[in-house]
Formats: sequence, C-alpha cells, structure tokens
Amino acid sequence: MNALAAKSSIIAGSTRDYLTIYVGDQIFGIPILQAQDVLGEQRVTRVPLAPPQIAGALNLRGRIVTAVNMRVCLGMNMREDAGKSMHVVVEHGGELYSLMIDRIGDVMSLAMRDYENNPSTLDAHWRGVSKGIYRLKERLLVVLDVPRLLDALKPETELE
Amino acid sequence: MDELIGEFLTETNESLGALDLDMVRLEQNPNDKQLISSIFRLMHTIKGTCGFLGLPRLETVAHRAENVMGRFRDGDLKVTPAYVTLIFESFDRIKQIVSGLEATGSEPQGDDSELIAKLDAVYEGRDGNADNAKDGSKGDGTKDALQALFDSTPVLSPDQWHTIVTVPETDDHKMEEAVAAPIAETPKADEHAKAPVAAAESLRVNVDVLEDLMTLVSELVLTRNQLLQTLRNKRDNVFSAPLQRLSHVVTDLQEGVMKTRMQPIGNAWSKLPRIIRDLSMELNKKIDLVMEGEATELDRQILEMIKDPLTHMVRNSADHGVEMPADRVARGKPETGKIVLKAYHEGGHIIIEITDDGKGLPLAKIKEKIIKNGLATEQEVAAMSDQSIQQYIFKAGFSTAEKVTSVSGRGVGMDVVCTNIEKIGGSIVLKSIEGKGSTFLIKIPLTLAIVSALIVESGGEKFAIPQLAVRELVRTTPETSAKIEEVNGTPFYRLRDHLLPLVSLRALLELGGDARENQYIVVTQIGAFKFGIIVDKVFDTEEIVVKPVAKVLKNLEVFSGNTILGDGSVIMILDPNGVAKASGETDIVDTTPEEVKKTGPARAKTALLLFATNDSAPKAVPLSVVARLEEIKTSDIETSGGKMMIQYRGKLMPVTPFDSSVDMRAKGKKPILVFHDGANSMGLVVEKIIDITEEFVDVQVGSDHGGIVGSAIINGKATDVVDIGYFVRNTDQDWFKPHGEESYGQQTTQGRRVLLVDDSPFFRNMLTPLLKVAGYDVTTLDSATTALKMREDGEKFDIIVSDIEMPQMNGFEFAQRVREEGSTWIHTPMVALTSHTTEQDVHHGMEVGFSRYVAKFDRDTLLASLTETLIANQSIKQAAGGK
Repeated sequence: MNALAAKSSIIAGSTRDYLTIYVGDQIFGIPILQAQDVLGEQRVTRVPLAPPQIAGALNLRGRIVTAVNMRVCLGMNMREDAGKSMHVVVEHGGELYSLMIDRIGDVMSLAMRDYENNPSTLDAHWRGVSKGIYRLKERLLVVLDVPRLLDALKPETELE
Repeated sequence: MDELIGEFLTETNESLGALDLDMVRLEQNPNDKQLISSIFRLMHTIKGTCGFLGLPRLETVAHRAENVMGRFRDGDLKVTPAYVTLIFESFDRIKQIVSGLEATGSEPQGDDSELIAKLDAVYEGRDGNADNAKDGSKGDGTKDALQALFDSTPVLSPDQWHTIVTVPETDDHKMEEAVAAPIAETPKADEHAKAPVAAAESLRVNVDVLEDLMTLVSELVLTRNQLLQTLRNKRDNVFSAPLQRLSHVVTDLQEGVMKTRMQPIGNAWSKLPRIIRDLSMELNKKIDLVMEGEATELDRQILEMIKDPLTHMVRNSADHGVEMPADRVARGKPETGKIVLKAYHEGGHIIIEITDDGKGLPLAKIKEKIIKNGLATEQEVAAMSDQSIQQYIFKAGFSTAEKVTSVSGRGVGMDVVCTNIEKIGGSIVLKSIEGKGSTFLIKIPLTLAIVSALIVESGGEKFAIPQLAVRELVRTTPETSAKIEEVNGTPFYRLRDHLLPLVSLRALLELGGDARENQYIVVTQIGAFKFGIIVDKVFDTEEIVVKPVAKVLKNLEVFSGNTILGDGSVIMILDPNGVAKASGETDIVDTTPEEVKKTGPARAKTALLLFATNDSAPKAVPLSVVARLEEIKTSDIETSGGKMMIQYRGKLMPVTPFDSSVDMRAKGKKPILVFHDGANSMGLVVEKIIDITEEFVDVQVGSDHGGIVGSAIINGKATDVVDIGYFVRNTDQDWFKPHGEESYGQQTTQGRRVLLVDDSPFFRNMLTPLLKVAGYDVTTLDSATTALKMREDGEKFDIIVSDIEMPQMNGFEFAQRVREEGSTWIHTPMVALTSHTTEQDVHHGMEVGFSRYVAKFDRDTLLASLTETLIANQSIKQAAGGK
C-alpha cells in the first residue's frame, strides 16, 4: 500500500510527502504514511537495563509504545529538558515505537530530482539511519530509514 | 473448494484424534461392540467424505481399513494387538496424507500398495492367522451393502468437481447424484442426519477471533480500572452507581471470554495413550496409563505450552521409570507398570501429577553424574539432601539412562521441561523414592492473560510482581530485630530461623539513589527456591493484563512483560525467575531443610497460629482450623440468653474469651479467632496475635486444664496447644454432645500408628492433637484414595480411623478395599467415625470390616474404642501366632 502510493506519486509529479521533524539543528523527513501519530509531551516509564537508545514505554490509547530517543541514536548530546520532547509514533513489525524528537515541522512534498543517496562521507551513526538526502533551498533534509533504525536496536542475540 | 477441504481437514483431524484414543481402548477391551462401531463409523465418514471430495488415495486406505474394522464389528475376527497395530498403521498413513493435503491443498504422491495388501490379506483371511479363516459369505455381505454403493459412485476428479460446485445451475442433477448417492442411501444415513443436532450446540470459532476478543476485553478491564481509580477519591458521585454496574458487567464479560479460551486438559492428553502403547511395544514393557481429571479446564495458551513438556515427561516415566516386566516381578511388583496422570484445581492453580510406580530416581547414579559433570564436589554432594540431589535431573545435559534409546536418554529434556513450565509462571516439584516410583507435581496458573500483581516501588520507579510468586511481605527497620544483615556486602534476612537470600531491586536494575531506612522484602518463591526482593514501597495488588515487551527489549530477562495501570501509566512486570537468574542464582535447588522434611508424608509440620492472653505461656492452635482473624470492639459484644454474641456478617456469632485473663470489659479492640464448621461460627477472644509458624506438634506434657491439650515446644518456647473442641463444645451445644472429662490409659497406645481418614479439615485438626496427646503417632489424610495410595507405598498402621461420609470413596467402600484379597492392610483393625449411627449403618459397617462404630463427636468413646480395639487385635494376633 505504502509502496504503491509512493510509486503513484512518482509517476504523477515525481514528488513524495514527508513529515519533517527536528532533532538538534538538523531537519529530518519521515515518509508521511509511516507516521501514525504525533504526540506532545508524554509520561514515559523508564525501562531499567534497556539499551540507552530506549527511553522507555508509554501508553497510547491502551497500547504500549516503546519510546526511542533519537538524540542517542544519532550520537547527539542529551537535552536538559528531555521531558519536553515530542513523539512521532511509527509501526514496525506489528509493534508501535515512538521516536522522541525535539520539534515537529511541516508536511512537505519533495521532488525526486532534489534527492540524492547517502554521501559516503556521512558519519556512521547517521548512515545507519539515513536513506538519502534532499537538497532544500536553504538546508539539507535527511530522510530517516525508520525500519532500519528500529531493526538496529534489536538485540543481536535474538535468533529470529 | 478450499473452504470445503479446510472443513474436511478440521473434521478429519478431530476424528483421527478420537480414533487413536478409541483404538487404544479397544485393544484393552477387544469385545467392546460399541467402541468397534464407533471406530467403524468414524472411518466410514472419512471414507465417504474423501470419495465425495475426490481424494482417491485417502479414500482407498480408509476404505480398506474400514473393511477390516467391519470384520471386527461383525464379530468374525478377533481383535489382536497385531491387528490394532495394522489399523494404527493405516491411521498414520491417513494422517500423513491429510497433513500433505493441508500443506499443499492436494494429495501427496505415494504408494500405499503394501499397506493395502496387508489390510486386504486380513480382510480376506489370508494373513496366516488360524482364527482368521475366511467365512466368505459374511465378509461379502458387508461388501455388498457398502462397497456396491461406492463402486457405483463415479469418483470425480478435483477439476470436474470444482466446476460442479461453483456453477451448480448448469449441472444440477449430476450434483444431486454425487451428493445423494454415497450419503443418503448408505445404511448409515440416519447417523449423518443426527450429527447436526449435536453440532448446533457448539460452534467452531476461529482462534484469532477469540484472541481479538480477549484483547478487547483486556482493554475494557484497563479502562474500567482507570475509571475506578479516577473516581476512587470522589465519593457520592453520579457516576458511582453506573460505574459499579459497568464494573460488574466487565468482570462477568471477562470471565465469559476467559471461559471461551478454556479447554479441557484432556485435549493435551489425547495423544498419550497411543504414545504409551507404542512405547510399551517398542520397549517390551507392560504399562497402564491411567488418566484422571481430563475435564479440568485451563487456558488454551497454557495448554499449548504444557503439551510438549507433558508428553516428554510421560515418555520419560515410561522409558526410565517403569522397569521391564521380569524386573518388576522380581521386585514383587505387578508385572504391568502404572503411570497415573492426574489434573485438578487448587486455589488459582492447576496441579498436574505424573506418577509412576517404577524404579524411582537412582540416587547413587545421580550423585556419580553430578561429580563427573563437575556440578558439585563429592563433599558438597554428601551434604545434600536426597531431594536436592534429585533436583539435578532438571539441569541441562543430565540423563541417568544407561543407554540412549530412541525415546529418551539424550540428556536434553528435563531442563527444557523445567524452563518451559517456569516460563508460564509454573513450578515443578519432584518426589521420588528409589524402588517405589516417582511423582512429578506441576503447578501452573489458570491463565496467563490476566494476572493479579503486587505493585512495588524502588528507586522512584514502579514495578509489578506477579502475585503467584509472592509468598509474604516483610517490613524491615534498622532499629528492630527485623533488619537486613550483610555478609561481604550480600544482603540476607533471618526469616523464621532460616537465612533468606535477598536481591536489591535497586542494585539489580541499576536504579541509583540511596537505600531507604525502612524497606520491604517481597518473599518470592520459584519451585522450591525462596528468596527476597528488597523494594522501597509496597502498594496494593492490581489485576493486570500482561502484554509482551517490545522485541527490542526481549533480551531483558528480568521482565516478563509490561502493562498499563489504572492511572494510565505503563509499568514493567518483573519476572521472578529472571530476577533470580540475574542475581546469580542459577541453582534453584532448595536448601531449606524445612522443605525437605515436608516431603515426608507421615510427619508433616503443622502451621500454627500463636496468640497470647495475659497469662504467661503463649498459646498455639492449628492454623487450618482458624477460618479468619478479626478485630472487634469490645463495645460491640452483646449478651443474649446468658451468652456473649456479636453481629458478624449479618448473623449472630457466639464469642467467648479464651480465659478469665482476657478482660472483656476493657475498652478498645480485641483480636478474635473465628472458627467455622458448616453454617456455624464461633469467635474466641484473645489478647494478642503473636505469629504464624510451622512446627512439628509434639505434645509432651498432657494437661487436665479445660481447653488445653497439653504443652509443646514451639519456636523454642513452652507453648500451650489449645483444644478448640473444648471451646466449641462450651459455646454451641449443637456441635458436640456434652460429656465429662475422663482420663485414658496410655500403656497400650504409646507410639501406635493411627491413620485418620476424614475429609473435613476441621475434624482432622481437632482429632490430631487429641490422639497425639493420648500417645498415638497420627497420620491424617483427607481421602480414602490417598489412603489406598499409602497402602501401595507400603506404609503400615496399627489402626485405621475412617469417616463414613466422604466424597469420591466413602468409608464403606474404603473398608472393602482395605479388606480385599491381597491387601497389606487386611489385618489392620478399622474404626468407623460417623455422625450417622442407625442400626443398619452399624450392621453394614461391621459387614464390610469395621471393628467399631463411634459417633464423631464422642471423643472419649473414640479413645476408649481405639485402646480396646488395639488390645483385642493384639490378642487375636497372639492367638493366630503372630504376624
């Protein structure tokens, strides 16, 4: 469904829709169909012994959502007022995850001709979570590879 | 087509399950006509449906097997194990084809000619069995009726059939012919017609639908909890009444949905008779599998999870446990070994018992293996209790089988079984007597979906601990004796004369922060291993819906899941197993001697409630006779008819002070012990409740003081053991017949072993101290069946005292069994204890083997009767020349 919609938009006008988010000073894009919910401040229950990327768990309308701290994933410093973070909820492998970000931006329709694959000089942390880069007028937008980002969090010992 | 085939597969799989069971039963009762008919019918249905669906391979096998079954049914061929094996072989082939059909949607390729030839040989009497001389006409008769129909029915290929069903208008008459011919005209048609009536009462529902429903109900429960939490602080709200109703409805709904998930445990057992049968053939052993309580229901999720462990354990019992017939005879056991599988409810648990009367666990061999595998040193092993040693079989790579058979002995298994059972919050206990057999007791929760959990806090974070694992809570303070002590930084707590290892949740979960002054210990038990979890705060218990943790957190074994609390916050659920493992405890072998001694059936410890009056010595009463502990205001006590009463749960309950030192006029609250029997209650007012403890009650000094049985050492202090009967008798005349106090001679009674069988815990607990003080060594049991089991275990008693009215097996039947031919208790005198003493009863009692008949409440007559009976029996024995 997702792929189909994306495909049709390429044919129609070679643009794709992204929800833009900010972590630190950087702007990121998440394919709009992957984002399920955008939440404001949330009460997040810490999960002891969990990897540092996992901020904890929160309750979204009766479902338990695992919160992922994007700053840690991107190797950035923690914010002092971490509680003020916003959340973008995505589904992955039948489970819900929320990406903890600093701020939410607009929904943008971006043209494919401005898209480029990951440059090889990109930091390893970032290459793992980035799909490619859009050249916007004033700045560069990194497209988040959400499935890859979440898969990387899985414990290596798991045999599945 | 897919749908029809799917339905056929479901039905056939069910039929095959039933067939396996029926066949094993048939082998045991070869003359059961009804059983043969039912197998024949099932086979016939399979054959009929296959023909209709165009499955030629399946049809041929089913048909030939049916032919043979037909001869059994007509009685002209005797059922022998060889034939049953052949039929089983056909079932297996059918299963194989069916599973192929399930996987691919069409019949798998294969050659059945060998099997068919064998079946035909039996059918036509050419298999060399002298009894199977073909009586041509009879067999042909069967063939005529059914075979002719099938032969005349054109078997449609799947392609043809497809067109007929999807476009029925075009070929109406052909369709009719195809349907009507094999079914409507067969002699079995009436049975086909009846089937839907029974089917209409039950409905096949897709499991996914039920799972979804369960999830929804779980959400509803959570939402309800949230509402309740929100409104808890606001009294007299307009929402209160509707919310109350909603709450009830949700609870009922939850129960209803849970019920749909419940399945009889028999479903998990249905394969076992076949497995045991095949095993006994393969190993040349004779084994009887007895299953009790198949109807006990439990959650299907749990059922799925215990299926394999159970199968494994039963196989183990058959392979390792039960000896070869010759060995059994040499040891004086019946040639046929017995494996008993039993399931029953107990509290919020299901207990599954697997018992075999085989050789038991070879202790010497286990010890050897422990040392060889480097699991413990020789000195350590020497210091271990038998039970601790036996527990080693649950470790990986441990097998005591001398050789690896195709069945077991590869050393994988028991550890997996143990892990699987613990995974679902269950525990497994092993009791084994070398030479007598082994018993595995598996305790599992009824359901996994909704559990009750204790909410605790540590380091500012809340956690849930499943209530099932929690034994008790202890509050510690640094000032008092109830404090946490340390050895080289490792915390311990002295819990009633035992050292309880502790795990600090704060340290384990790296929560940070400083330890508080007052901490709580959650005493947790896994299997036989007990340990304490140190937490900062303890809140209440809550019904929680367990949700699995996200995949990224799966490797955190300290958590078994997470859930949403009433206030909407997410909370992690601790897995006591994981906590024990994470804290370095890999060895769940019990080390407390208390547990070891508990396994001895004859001398169990008694849980006692200790209380005090203003008098000096503490008093003890068996905890099991105390229904409840309450606190009452002395001002609530009313006097009516010269007796003190209080209004208790809408009824008048007589209360009585323990002795004159209890000041009933003093203001304030007093604890009372509530005793209960049937509809009657009474309250005993005391000054202070001290503690609950477990001790061997060994009354050493008798007492002539009313209300005191005697003195015993309990918790290192001389303690008065209270005779509850005395108070009950003085309070309520209906309970006991009044009678005077007499002294009884102890010469003949000292150390005699008495077996007391009574289903009422009240009387058991009442009579035990009484008999003990009279010098008897008392063993109490709650049912005649357990008593008979003790007989099989080779226990001996000097006299048996038995109740008459008991569930399952009453006293008369029990006496008959005791007196039956070959019973080791045939000469043991029996005294009947009953509330009914009509002449007829007494007569009947004497007939079945009771020597005496005593009214239940007449304790002095009972004691006198015991003495007399023992003396009488002794003289008979002497006259008979000993034995």
